Amino acid sequence: MRKLAFLNNIFKQRKSEPAPEGPKVDRGILVFENTSEVIRAEGILKKKGWDIRVMGPPPEIRSGCDLIIEIPLIEELNILRTLEEVGNPPLQMVPVSSPLLQPVDLFQKKDFGRHLMIRAANMKLTIDKETQVIVNVSGGGCPDVPYLAQEMVGKSLSEAPGPREIGHTLCGYALHLAYEEMIRRC
Amino acid sequence: MLAIIGTVPDQDFPLVAGDVGLVDDKIYIQGKRVSVNRGTPALLASAIKTCEVLDIPGPLGYLVGDIGRGAGSRSLYEHLSRILGKCNYNTIAFHYLQPDVDWHNRVLFAVEEMTQRPVLIADAGFMYAAKMSGQSYEYDLFTPDIGELAFLADEEAPHPFYTRGFILHEENRIPDLISRAYTHQNAARYLLVKGEKDYVADSEGIRAVVDHPSEDAMEAIGGTGDTVTGIASALIESGMPVHDAAVAAIRANRLAGSYAKPTPATQVKEIVEYIPRALEEILHKDEGISEQIRA
Repeated sequence: MRKLAFLNNIFKQRKSEPAPEGPKVDRGILVFENTSEVIRAEGILKKKGWDIRVMGPPPEIRSGCDLIIEIPLIEELNILRTLEEVGNPPLQMVPVSSPLLQPVDLFQKKDFGRHLMIRAANMKLTIDKETQVIVNVSGGGCPDVPYLAQEMVGKSLSEAPGPREIGHTLCGYALHLAYEEMIRRC
Repeated sequence: MLAIIGTVPDQDFPLVAGDVGLVDDKIYIQGKRVSVNRGTPALLASAIKTCEVLDIPGPLGYLVGDIGRGAGSRSLYEHLSRILGKCNYNTIAFHYLQPDVDWHNRVLFAVEEMTQRPVLIADAGFMYAAKMSGQSYEYDLFTPDIGELAFLADEEAPHPFYTRGFILHEENRIPDLISRAYTHQNAARYLLVKGEKDYVADSEGIRAVVDHPSEDAMEAIGGTGDTVTGIASALIESGMPVHDAAVAAIRANRLAGSYAKPTPATQVKEIVEYIPRALEEILHKDEGISEQIRA
């Protein structure tokens, strides 16, 4: 009975006053346990060709070092099925209408002559241009930065593990952007 | 006593607390050895070198292994939230920890329970959490680089990765960014901003600018920001006012870098070696240092 009254109210409202034009809700966000799972899911979904973006979460679910994946809602079931199949399901899926935080997408380049440095957000990657060996990683504040530096410095761009494969945080993700930009330029 | 809190890049490294020694390019704590590469070990190494020059006791370290998964950081946060209230430190430097606002707040509660409030310094991930918590004003010194300053200046940003497009990460914008960080109460009592020019600022504005000696390559060298924070922490522990310690640390770090004749491939441990010589020169040459360089 109560449900019927509720539906009647909605019906009345629709008939008498058209709902204001709100933001279009055709995107959703996938929230994961940690950034490593986001990075993994991004790789899987991009490989499958879905139109997804790694973004910052809305304020109500931020805890400090977060990424989420924005997906087209229409593809929700297919995307969830894919992630479940590979054992990397999200914690939840939430429809979104407000703008999400955009990751920094500007790169800064500094040419030292023999060495080239690329900065993305707070992370910097420097290589020897002749040998393409990574000579330094600097910036950042998350604990995978010293680990990434330890694993990457001294190796060539082609031998070094990509930060997205072994990093777990936003700093690691920013370093990956610098790494991809470096590969693009070399 | 000076306490330095952070992580090392080895996920099997257990949570340890104790005196920290430095031999060659390794730090030693509780029978464990860590390479001075960058991150908290570099901060510790520079603090130890500074304490030796000042002839004061070396730092106490709280370290745990974390390669970015956060479990190590959380165990350290948990430990600190239980024990800090009963500790007695003059200075605490918080460093590479996975940013986590809830855990940050619990640690800050524990600090408030201390009999005597220490000077609080935050850098790296812990500084991110401090800003996100909206309690930056509880800290005495933040030591951001320009990307991190942009994050402090952007009241909406939860991490340097998300600073909004109009907050430009450009050297010539530093005064505006500093001002904006203070306007939105996202700065500590003092800011030490690391860049081509280094700045020391407070809520009144920029108090000092240091731009020499200048080595372009320093920007590329991982850990040079950690060493300046380590030097500043030890100078503050010695009783030097925060402003003066920040300026002296900047100058010593630049001078040590210059002595190392760096290239972009130089590793920070090569610079750490020159910290005592640089500090000796700065501390003995200009005893009126603060008056000279105050803006």
